[in-house]
Amino acid sequence: MKAFAQLLEILALTPSRNRKIEALSRYFATTPDPDRGYALAILTGAMSFKNVKPALLKETVLAEVDPHLFALSYDYVGDLGETIALIWPHHGGTEELPSLAELVELFTITPKPKLPGLIGSLLTRAEINERWALVKMTTGALRIGLSARLAKTALADMSGRDLQAIEEVWHGISMPYSELFDWLEGRSDRPDIDHAARFHPMMLSNPIDEARDLPALSPADYAAEWKWDGIRVQLIASGGRVSLFSRTGDDIANAFPDVVDRVFGDAVLDGELLVGRDFVPATFNDLQQRLNRKTASAKHIAELPAFIRAYDMLFDGAEDIRALPWTERRARLEAFLSREKQHVIDISPVIDWSDAEMLAAIRRRGADEEGHEGVMLKLRSSPYVPGRPKGLWYKWKRDPNVVDTVLMYAQRGHGKRSSFYSDYTFGVWKGNEIVPVGKAYFGFTDAELKELDRWIRNNTIASFGPVREVRKELVFEVAFDSAQTSNRHKSGVALRFPRINRIRWDKPAGEAATIDEMLAFIPAS
Amino acid sequence: MAQPFLDRDLRVRPIDAYIDPPVPRERAIITHGHGDHARSGHGAVLATPDTIAIMKTRYGEDCARTFQPLPYGEVLEMDGMRISLHPAGHILGSAQVLMEFGGQRIVVTGDYKRLPDRTAQPFELLECDLLVTEATFGLPVFQHPDPALEIRRLLASVAAYPSRAHVIGCYALGKAQRVISLLREGGYDAPIYLHGAMIRLCALYEELGIPLGPLLPALDVPKAGLEGRIVIAPPSAVKDRWSRRLPDPVLAVASGWMSVKQRARQSGVELPLVISDHVDWNELRQTVAETRAQTVWVTHGREDALVYYCQQQGLAAEPLNITAYDDGPEDVE
Ligand SMILES: [Zn+2]
Ligand SMILES: [Zn+2]
Repeated sequence: MKAFAQLLEILALTPSRNRKIEALSRYFATTPDPDRGYALAILTGAMSFKNVKPALLKETVLAEVDPHLFALSYDYVGDLGETIALIWPHHGGTEELPSLAELVELFTITPKPKLPGLIGSLLTRAEINERWALVKMTTGALRIGLSARLAKTALADMSGRDLQAIEEVWHGISMPYSELFDWLEGRSDRPDIDHAARFHPMMLSNPIDEARDLPALSPADYAAEWKWDGIRVQLIASGGRVSLFSRTGDDIANAFPDVVDRVFGDAVLDGELLVGRDFVPATFNDLQQRLNRKTASAKHIAELPAFIRAYDMLFDGAEDIRALPWTERRARLEAFLSREKQHVIDISPVIDWSDAEMLAAIRRRGADEEGHEGVMLKLRSSPYVPGRPKGLWYKWKRDPNVVDTVLMYAQRGHGKRSSFYSDYTFGVWKGNEIVPVGKAYFGFTDAELKELDRWIRNNTIASFGPVREVRKELVFEVAFDSAQTSNRHKSGVALRFPRINRIRWDKPAGEAATIDEMLAFIPAS
Repeated sequence: MAQPFLDRDLRVRPIDAYIDPPVPRERAIITHGHGDHARSGHGAVLATPDTIAIMKTRYGEDCARTFQPLPYGEVLEMDGMRISLHPAGHILGSAQVLMEFGGQRIVVTGDYKRLPDRTAQPFELLECDLLVTEATFGLPVFQHPDPALEIRRLLASVAAYPSRAHVIGCYALGKAQRVISLLREGGYDAPIYLHGAMIRLCALYEELGIPLGPLLPALDVPKAGLEGRIVIAPPSAVKDRWSRRLPDPVLAVASGWMSVKQRARQSGVELPLVISDHVDWNELRQTVAETRAQTVWVTHGREDALVYYCQQQGLAAEPLNITAYDDGPEDVE
């Protein structure tokens, strides 16, 4: 545990990518199985415990620490795990902590009622760094700025194997990854992975620079498509087995049986997961109701059926076609979809365009009338390259919508900004009252933040814990990507990706938007 | 308790003097030389001889009209009041102010710490009716470790990276000298290199009898000459271009705030050293209990938690919200 705590600290604090990789590969090279395998699972987010959850940790701590003092501390530190590690009041014990493998076993076999006692005794025995690492690993939220990819890069670095080769087997193996380490260290062949279970890293786009990139692009070189407002998925169908991966390589097949059970043919497709009937996409809000769930309810499947709008093909049957140009992959995709009649897959149409001005108009109309997120531009001659290669795929997001709102509530921020009121709820007029439409925090400059903080303190009309209700007098100009109907908000409207553009000290609240103006932002469906 | 003879802006009513006033006053009692407590432009200043020496070094000989040195423990009688200064353990010369008037004892701690420190006179516990305390680290998440352990971590890092310089961000007054002295205690005899802003105050500490071992200016040393060396600089210099002159520097900061890793990470600190010149949560509570004060006022820092805690203990407690002592939490040391 000591070595793992030390590794986590280096990863959290070393800004240099190379030094992080160095520390990781040193750790993997010097730590025995199965400890290093469990460490790898923790670092890549693959580890989770059924019964050890943040709530349990909090409960364990609150048995020892005054809840109000805990709340003030959490408010200040801004990270639950770190608050728990720092606030734990008992230190001592000379016994070393168990090894990672022993800890994993303890957390798995200890019956639920005994867990608080176990965790308490571990926290007391731990040194401060170990306590921090222990809490981080049990809550599963490392928040140390480490990507799974970096951990895999370190494995490549340590073994001299190809990163791509490691990524390809990754989704077919599981902790403690002994077969992976056996292969990396030359004691066995590469693990044999079922083709259907193998996630292929995706090709990502870069935001377009309207001034620099756009004038240089021509329709002869770049094909345009809509940017759909769903989530990016990879669908793998092979010999009757179907897998569905999110962009980060998480397997989400179980949540979408209505898709995976109704796919025909063998292929690896890239596309957008959407919900809606007859291939008419509903809002992202609707899709969200089906995301982040382990399984799907019959009600959800009936009301919000899912489908895939495909826009690329990586494998045609068993043939890897990623090296072919986009034009050819597109032709293969079209051929596949007409050969194998599909119920839950359609194709993302290619948009005709002749120049940037025309495309801008199309993009604006798509956003206003259909709620599209923008357009994509793809180099026709480009192969399918994993990662975010420059110059091949561009996304051109729609312009944000802007509306004047009135500040309603302010909440103290976390961490560095915990002494300021930096989370804001704002609303618009509905008759004579202001109703909330969104919440955001804000990258004001420190000076603005201070001034705003002063205004909030001077205009508070009520306080509830860390939240202050203020006079409805200050106007915020808020930008957002789209508006949707919502029954969670009293106003009936929810904003997607709202952010505060600026404070309109000059503008009277009476001139802020009305709810009717907001409703006009919602695309008719 | 009867109406205290101290106002909530730390005006000592019977003698019309202010303790650590943020604006120029005719009479000021200064607890210690840090910029948020000691300002220039007062009329008559009462302080310990070391604090007066520090003020003159920082702000010039004429930074106040007159200076009255009051050594630790000596009692000054004035208009029916007894005033004395007692070590606060915070930095060299730092003092708590003990005042007695009409049968009431009031202690204003200024900034203080209770851990041993070779560069500051050791904290003295004073019983009183009203305790006016700081609460810089007034949250239960602040439990300062043994500074010797932090120094060991630093020396281990120096040994592990022989081709890198270690630059330690330290407040120029107090923290810098303490870190140097802790390094010496930890067995580090090599020269320690100083950023220009450190030189004057280190020299003053030596003049006042605090040995710091071999010190050299970092300026003019060629880059390669600083490989494997320790450099002391103000926190602001650590993060800006100044430290780029150093060979592949490990950025360290010595401060009580460094216990929060998320925060160290956000500010780009690679080696956080939790070395504080203030009491931590446990010592705050210990002090409140041991002074046997029935009333506690909290000048600055994380007042909410300490006030709440005192009230839970059945004490009268309130925050004074003296924001002048709080300009940017990272700098209050
Ligand atoms: Zn202070
Ligand atoms: Zn101070």
